[in-house]
Amino acid sequence: MSGVPIYATTGQRIWYYGFRVICGLIFFFLIAPILVIIPLSFNAQDFFTFTPEMLAFDPEGYSTKHYEDFFSNSDWQLALRNSLKIAPVATLISVSLGTLAAIGLSQSHVPFRRGIMAILISPMIVPLIISATGMYFFYSNPYIPTPFGKIELPFTLTGTYIGVVLAHAALGIPFVIITVTATLVGFDRSLTRAAANMGAGPVTTFFKVQMPLILPGVVSGGLFAFITSFDEVVVVLFVGSAGQKTLPWQMFTGLREQISPTILAVATILIAVSVVLLFVVELLRRRSERLRGITPS
Amino acid sequence: MKTTITLMATTCLTLTAAMANADGHMAGEMTIVSWGGAYSSSQQNAYHDPYMEKTGISIINDESSSEAVAKLRAMNEAGNVTWDLVDVEAADAIRLCDEGLAVEIDADEVLAAAPDGTSASDDFGDSLISDCFIPQIVFSTTFGYRTDMVPEGVEPPKGACDVFDLETYPGKRALNRNPIANMEWALLCDGVAYEDVYDTLETEEGQAKAFAKLDTIKDQTIWWTAGAETPQLLADGEIFMGSTYNGRLFSVIAEQDQPVGMAWDWQMFDLDGWVIPTGLSDERMARVMDYLEFATDTQRLADQAKYISYGPARASSAPLVGDHATLGIPMAEHMPTDPANATNTFYNNYLWWADYRDDLDAKFQAWLSQ
Amino acid sequence: MAEDMLAADGRPLKASLNRALRRQKLRALMLIAPLLLFIMVSFVMPIFDMLFRSVENQIVSETLPRTTLALQDWDATAAQLPDDPVFEAMYTDLVLAAEYKSHTRLGSRLNYEMTGISSLFRKSGRAVGRFDTDRYTDAFQEADPAYADPAQWAEWMADDEIRAELPRTADAYDGWAKMLVSVEDELPVEEEPWDFVYTALYADAQAGADLPISVDLSGVEPVSLQAQFEDIDEDWLDPDVWLTIKRYSPDYTSGYFLNSVDLTKGADGIEARPENEQIYITLFIRTMIMSMSIMGMCVLLGYPIAWLLANLTDRTANMLMILVLLPFWTSLLVRTSAWKVLLQQEGVINDILVWIGLVADNDRLQMINNQTGTIIAMTHILLPFMILPLYSVMKTIPPSYLRAAKSLGATNWTAFWRVYFPQSVPGIGAGCILVFILAIGYYITPELVGGTKGVFISNRIAYHISSSLNWGLAAALGTILLVVVMLLYWVYDKIVGIDNVKLGG
Repeated sequence: MSGVPIYATTGQRIWYYGFRVICGLIFFFLIAPILVIIPLSFNAQDFFTFTPEMLAFDPEGYSTKHYEDFFSNSDWQLALRNSLKIAPVATLISVSLGTLAAIGLSQSHVPFRRGIMAILISPMIVPLIISATGMYFFYSNPYIPTPFGKIELPFTLTGTYIGVVLAHAALGIPFVIITVTATLVGFDRSLTRAAANMGAGPVTTFFKVQMPLILPGVVSGGLFAFITSFDEVVVVLFVGSAGQKTLPWQMFTGLREQISPTILAVATILIAVSVVLLFVVELLRRRSERLRGITPS
Repeated sequence: MKTTITLMATTCLTLTAAMANADGHMAGEMTIVSWGGAYSSSQQNAYHDPYMEKTGISIINDESSSEAVAKLRAMNEAGNVTWDLVDVEAADAIRLCDEGLAVEIDADEVLAAAPDGTSASDDFGDSLISDCFIPQIVFSTTFGYRTDMVPEGVEPPKGACDVFDLETYPGKRALNRNPIANMEWALLCDGVAYEDVYDTLETEEGQAKAFAKLDTIKDQTIWWTAGAETPQLLADGEIFMGSTYNGRLFSVIAEQDQPVGMAWDWQMFDLDGWVIPTGLSDERMARVMDYLEFATDTQRLADQAKYISYGPARASSAPLVGDHATLGIPMAEHMPTDPANATNTFYNNYLWWADYRDDLDAKFQAWLSQ
Repeated sequence: MAEDMLAADGRPLKASLNRALRRQKLRALMLIAPLLLFIMVSFVMPIFDMLFRSVENQIVSETLPRTTLALQDWDATAAQLPDDPVFEAMYTDLVLAAEYKSHTRLGSRLNYEMTGISSLFRKSGRAVGRFDTDRYTDAFQEADPAYADPAQWAEWMADDEIRAELPRTADAYDGWAKMLVSVEDELPVEEEPWDFVYTALYADAQAGADLPISVDLSGVEPVSLQAQFEDIDEDWLDPDVWLTIKRYSPDYTSGYFLNSVDLTKGADGIEARPENEQIYITLFIRTMIMSMSIMGMCVLLGYPIAWLLANLTDRTANMLMILVLLPFWTSLLVRTSAWKVLLQQEGVINDILVWIGLVADNDRLQMINNQTGTIIAMTHILLPFMILPLYSVMKTIPPSYLRAAKSLGATNWTAFWRVYFPQSVPGIGAGCILVFILAIGYYITPELVGGTKGVFISNRIAYHISSSLNWGLAAALGTILLVVVMLLYWVYDKIVGIDNVKLGG
């Protein structure tokens, strides 16, 4: 679809451009909320409102005070630190366990494949509020079920760092499983066999042959898992306590208790980070295509 | 298989490292639960900051007071109390005390006496409404309205009953998404005498009457769950008038300079204060007690009034209330207790609500979703 | 063939192959096992644990053990009050529960079934210690000082013969002693028993038991416990209250599930709840309809975008893809609050509409705090989940098919509708079910922009968990929701297969 052919009728031309306009509007719909956030984060007032001064482009109406608030407020800094402490560890767990399991699942003969897959995907399927409450109850009084009854464990996971990390790792797993299995579908098995033929052990084969090729899948799965944890509020509100409050937690209570554009300032920073991350993913993808010998079209 | 082992080992290592890092309750750390917003920052300024400076203990703020009863019950069931001190309304304090979720304390033992030697229990007086409750402030739930949206040639609204007058004051309203105060106002503005409100509310007919009155404005009302919503809605011009805590309205009017006015008539008087959750270790308990003695003394309570327009719960603090910390305006006239504001006031009957909260909450929520 | 083929090591080939297959299976399972274990422990068990709460109901029999037992003999259908032993049992139970401070929680539990019980229990918990039963205490203690001696009591209550003779007293004393140790932190041998123990002793004596030291009780005016309860609140004379206690005394109950479909256990079996309490069926239906609308909107908006992306060069498509993924990666909370700013009556969209002149200033559109608000905001949030699977399916449809159809004389529309569209149906299916499943479980967005009419069943679950503390009902509602989602997942797996979901990777 590279432009309208010269022989196109007027109707076709109208349709061609009409369609683009429609798509443009939908893209605008997708981006509009983000476009609203950025100017509002420079609001000089403490409300989510376009003030008359802002609309008149009066410099008085703008201020960076909400950014200053974010960087100077201890609650926001604690939330940022917590998010950065929780999300990477949760991602590491999801990615390491998830990649292994995806490799296992992609073998040709796996018994109960469907059932296993359903269980592994379930954190994405079960409505979050149910997961959150279930985890809350269980993590409060963890036990090991045996045929003879429950063995209660002498500790509790709610309100602890470990609890939040475990919960977030579980939520991120489906993304890793899905993306990595999708990459493995296109994986050429003869490559591992060739490596084995040449005397490489399974570990060497994995790290030298398989891993570089499925890396894009692993990375994008990991990024999804990271974002899941980084943007997750329902579960952390239940399982965590103020000591583990994350950025979304702080935003959520912020929206409910102390409406302040600091939230928008944080969001703007996060959007900037997302854009960078998305470009990184795109670059990685192009690099992997080059590696696999597919010329980028 | 080695891969598995390597990866598992890495995971375990990370987890152990994380565990070593996990805070639990480190010495010198205290989680204090409050309402958030301007209220929390007034506490931060008047209590937390000076206390942290004095003792070096760091205070973590949790803005979960609106769900305090639920969370405390869950923590208690789980046997893992992560909160050290909780700021709740009087009615919630009574509930928590009734359920054994809050520690009973002896005011004279725990709290500092007034500078002139008056004992704490005498100084706090009637505000000590429960054995678990350490009062902090007197506040009121009252109404704010957009001054620029008052129809021409009409007197601005005076108070609660004007909310029900859609003809004189058209426009959206904002009310609290729970029965407290709304039910009382509905009856009061439907002609029930002030003394009879709670007796009426105890009966089926009385409740039906209150709901019928609320029905008249139901589709013009936005129901808020957090005190900061009404100020935002007023600033946006989304509503004509709405109820919220008087301190939040003060901040909209005096600090944010919005075109908003106060309507004080039939403001609902209420108390807010601390409760200590049961199940703290001795060490944490001692720390909380130390904080409490500091944070509820006469000077500290008076200091809080520099940041927000709530009346201190101690009689001895009242004369010390001065000017606003940054604006320099006298705070006394913005207090709900100021005679000019308190011509018609409604005293929340906490004990009644402690008994009937469950009943009315269920009915109110069902009514809302219909 | 008579002889089996042999592998290089001399074993039969079949066995060797089988062994290899087994090893391969084992290897695969070993790779999966850590994750499976992890998910089971950190996720699946919590979910089951939670679902179990929807039938658990030990609180009644734990708080009122004696009453539960005594009520078993009561004929509930006669619409009559239970007789004295039930009131006696309730007296003992309630005094103890008030000390343990568990009566208020039980009151809240029973209030879910019959509004009014909560306040009844709270009032009674305060008053039950002040019954006139001190008359019995005085009578016993005046008759013989041994009855006022804690050590003597302890001795009696350690004697099996006396215990057998005075079953009520022994039971009441045990309950009292246990409470004393755990709540008051005092020793029974040092404390005088409370009134309700003497009341039990009196009841035993009236039943003809031999007292350890006989006492003439003829001069003692009996205290009617029923009248004492009536003094607290007349509701205690309402058979419905007792009926509710009896009905919800078993350790497991279907009550929460009935409640979550607007039913209740009535006098003659299961019946509908009063009209003003029926909300859940409506909510389930609303959740379904709104999720469908959101799904429909997502197809409508997602299809053109996916088509455009699939038909552009990879480089352009990937750059445009960032526009799709950017909101996907932006905090849900922030996007929702941005929609608040956009949609409210004094918001950006209304301002623009007024400025253009499409809408009168005094007649601004109501787009938030209602269903419209929820649908718009959620469509926005879930749109990427529609676009991504659609896009990955459309990428596999060769453009040559369309060209072939056209060169065979099909119009643009026919070529699209008869050739292209059918091949993109799996993508629509995948996107639809993904969006639908995610939509019915959402609660944060509806909570913030939905007002009272635009909220989902999940909001109710959240409300019951964090405000009303009715965890059993929350679990029951959650179970129903989960079953619906599981059904959908099963359908999804049948139609599309879960492996075919791609997330832009």
